[in-house]
Amino acid sequence: MCVGTFHTTYAVLKAEKLLLGIGVPVSMIPVPRRISSNCGIAIRFDCSLLETVRRAIEPVLEDLEGLYRPDGDEYRMY
Amino acid sequence: MSSERGRDPIIYLDNGATSFPKPPPVIEAVSRWFTEYGGSPGRSGHRMAIAAARLHFEARESMSTLLGAPSSRRIVFTLNATEALNLAITGVITRGDHVVTSSMEHNSVMRPLRHLAHQGVINLTVVPCSSAGDLDPQDLVSALTPATRLVVMTHASNVTGTLMPVPFVANACRERGILFLVDAAQTAGALPLDVISLGVDLLAFTGHKSLFGPMGTGGLWVREGVEVQPLVRGGTGSNSEDEEHPSFFPDRLEAGTPNAVGLAGLKAGVEYVLSAGVQRIRETEEAHTARLLEGLREIPGLRLHGGGSALGMVPVVSFTLDGLAPSEVGFLLDEGYGILCRVGLHCSPAAHRTLGTFPSGTVRFSPGWFTTSLEIDRALEAVRDIARRRRG
Repeated sequence: MCVGTFHTTYAVLKAEKLLLGIGVPVSMIPVPRRISSNCGIAIRFDCSLLETVRRAIEPVLEDLEGLYRPDGDEYRMY
Repeated sequence: MSSERGRDPIIYLDNGATSFPKPPPVIEAVSRWFTEYGGSPGRSGHRMAIAAARLHFEARESMSTLLGAPSSRRIVFTLNATEALNLAITGVITRGDHVVTSSMEHNSVMRPLRHLAHQGVINLTVVPCSSAGDLDPQDLVSALTPATRLVVMTHASNVTGTLMPVPFVANACRERGILFLVDAAQTAGALPLDVISLGVDLLAFTGHKSLFGPMGTGGLWVREGVEVQPLVRGGTGSNSEDEEHPSFFPDRLEAGTPNAVGLAGLKAGVEYVLSAGVQRIRETEEAHTARLLEGLREIPGLRLHGGGSALGMVPVVSFTLDGLAPSEVGFLLDEGYGILCRVGLHCSPAAHRTLGTFPSGTVRFSPGWFTTSLEIDRALEAVRDIARRRRG
């Protein structure tokens, strides 16, 4: 599963709302430590939807820290 | 709304101070927060924290809808309108700025401005209003100078209910590149509002009046592109590795654990208002105001202060009775008739000086959405009774 992290809780929740609004299944998880030491939450979604997600979260793009794809034990920025 | 105080029925006419009762969904939302949410929003990543964060976010979204804000990101929550006004005022001015306000302001505007003026930070001009509480917008425009950085004005007086000429002043400010901050404590939820068509740059609101939220809720809307320095800095749940306060909204202007339970109630209140329809609320309250004005005008020895026409005001009506101190009238109304209102200066000494009612103030009736016409009639009958006995 892919992960999206943001600078603010506001943006994570806005992203969740935008994605759910267009029917993209998304769940909320604590930000994985391998991505960031930030104490917040992140969105998790199916990697096949990466491009759809990127387009849908346009309104909060300025707050996007990164969209990540799992790569072995690590995450790689999309 | 009639309620019970012990066995005596009461008539609540103090919605200008805080609305009562609160709609059942607000009470349920507050109660549910403690049982179903309860986590710290935006801090931890567990399910309760996420649920609390989501609720907090939805409160922002609802508030944004109510105000017609293009993005909920620019809504920042505060404890009340006073904190929002302090944040806005201190957040945009720099030393040497000229600030203009009206003589009808509440102390939540007047005190921070007077303080900054006494400290030598700003030069302050207070534009006088008429003895009926009206502002001639040309007088305000004449007070603007090249050094004017900010105009602060109430949307509607909390003493007379008078609506101030916000769109006119907004235009004048925009033409001159001056920031315009509006205190919407008496109007948010009571009047259809759209921050963009109003043309303001900053708008402060309270949650516990016409938005039916609990006390301890309020906020500030900040137009995109307007820079505001934070009033407090601290934990935001974001960029935790950084010892510098974040630069992005809304975190920049919100630090520390929020009043999440209060905001859960505010969200329910705002949704209640949106579902009832602000226009419908306005029409009902306008009818109450008209009924009150009409009835009060007929009472011998009663003086209305402001209160021209219900169309030009929010449901806040001030009056005095000849030969009776407002505090005495308030006491008689409460003790003898179960009518609860607010008397005195209403935290607005400047407004009362303008009206010529300083220092004893006025009696203020502020009906609300839950007030009935019958209650208005009973209140009028009580005032008639008190006035008659005074003369008799």
